[in-house]
Amino acid sequence: MGNRHKILVLDDDPDFRELCQELLATLSSEPEISTASTGAHAIAMLEAEPFSLLMTDLKMPSMDGFQVLSVVRRRFPNLRTIVMTGEGDENFRSRAYAIGIDLFVEKPKTSNEIKIFVDCVESMLDREQQGGFRGVQSKSLADLVQMESMSQTSTTLKVTNGPLIGKIWLIGGDLIDAEAGDVKGEEAFKQIMSWRSGTFENLPPDETRERGIFNSVQGLLLDSAQMLDEIAAGEIPGSGGEKEDGGSPLSRLAKQAPGVEFVLTANLAEKKEFEHHACENADQVANWARDTFNKFSSMGEMLKAGKLNHVVALGPQRNAGMASNEGEVICIGMNSRMKTEQVLDTTKKVVVQWVS
Amino acid sequence: MGFLKKIFGGGKPKLEAAKIDRLPTGSFTVDSKGKILTSTLPQSFPEIVVKDIGDAVLNSFAEARQANIPVSEMQFHFGGLKITGREQRSGAMIFLAPVR
Repeated sequence: MGNRHKILVLDDDPDFRELCQELLATLSSEPEISTASTGAHAIAMLEAEPFSLLMTDLKMPSMDGFQVLSVVRRRFPNLRTIVMTGEGDENFRSRAYAIGIDLFVEKPKTSNEIKIFVDCVESMLDREQQGGFRGVQSKSLADLVQMESMSQTSTTLKVTNGPLIGKIWLIGGDLIDAEAGDVKGEEAFKQIMSWRSGTFENLPPDETRERGIFNSVQGLLLDSAQMLDEIAAGEIPGSGGEKEDGGSPLSRLAKQAPGVEFVLTANLAEKKEFEHHACENADQVANWARDTFNKFSSMGEMLKAGKLNHVVALGPQRNAGMASNEGEVICIGMNSRMKTEQVLDTTKKVVVQWVS
Repeated sequence: MGFLKKIFGGGKPKLEAAKIDRLPTGSFTVDSKGKILTSTLPQSFPEIVVKDIGDAVLNSFAEARQANIPVSEMQFHFGGLKITGREQRSGAMIFLAPVR
């Protein structure tokens, strides 16, 4: 029984905790169920032993569900999370998803809702067991899209790659649309396909999604595969074999988008560790980026505002964009003529390549 | 079927202290020392947190100047909130807006 899933139920209401225990005990996978009545206790339990799933209420005294989720997302990024609440408020729902939860459900009130609730938990654990949270380390995204397409599945694939989130909509195996940040359609699909690591999951299909992709899945997958081969061979994608000039990875990053003047990456914990391409005052820029990201990340946690995704700085001499991934911050210097939206878009573009 | 009884028995009132803080909306100004001058943020939003945000924004402007990248505006994009800081002649104006 060493492989039994462990579920942690966090709710200040002892009756609901007991109810959850009874419901979850009916799951065929026979998970081990633990409960906690406060956020602090739940976090202590998560630190003490690994869990597969955290199910939490939102309304709790002293440390509410958002606060718990902010901490959990940062400290246990691979833990799956379900919010169960009596609050159907759309603001709470979108805020919870912005923090990065897997599922937001209202507390079940009817026998039908109980069945759906139990099925959802079971299906989430099943996916976990099959490597269902299928990391691209073991299966490429292209493989997955191809499988979903061939099996004529209707689903929304959510792909998370560090700070980047992409979505691919499939209806009956037909590729309908894709979205990566502000980019949509085929360009977004190719961008997502270029991500080499990350995690992905299936969300319910969205039949109402308007079509933004008009080419076939196979054609686009071939284009993406060709683009990846060209990048791997050190060629400029779509150039017919023209070689990229050498240089460091950061210098190549700097060439990813027009207007980029320097790129610097710094370790968020170690003061002295940074690398850069074409940055004057690199040590001071590294300090600025590191301090800004650390300070505002903690602030986001305190405000329960979710993860700090990007920072945009606009100045008379130079603009800059920042983002972080796996303990590092990237700071991208850009020319001052670029508008705010361009600075944000360029930051996202460069970050995609950096994370990949 | 004890649990069905618990469900259909109606919701129990939660502990009185239980509530969810809404993300703040509004703006405030600080002088160059971080003193809060004006604010349109809800009174329920703790002043100490407003001051912390002001200090962090001013500090980030100062560090940018030290790095020879003087900036007049900074935007912090969180999952659920956007904070914008604009440098003013003697301090900063800071906007907080939840992301819809």
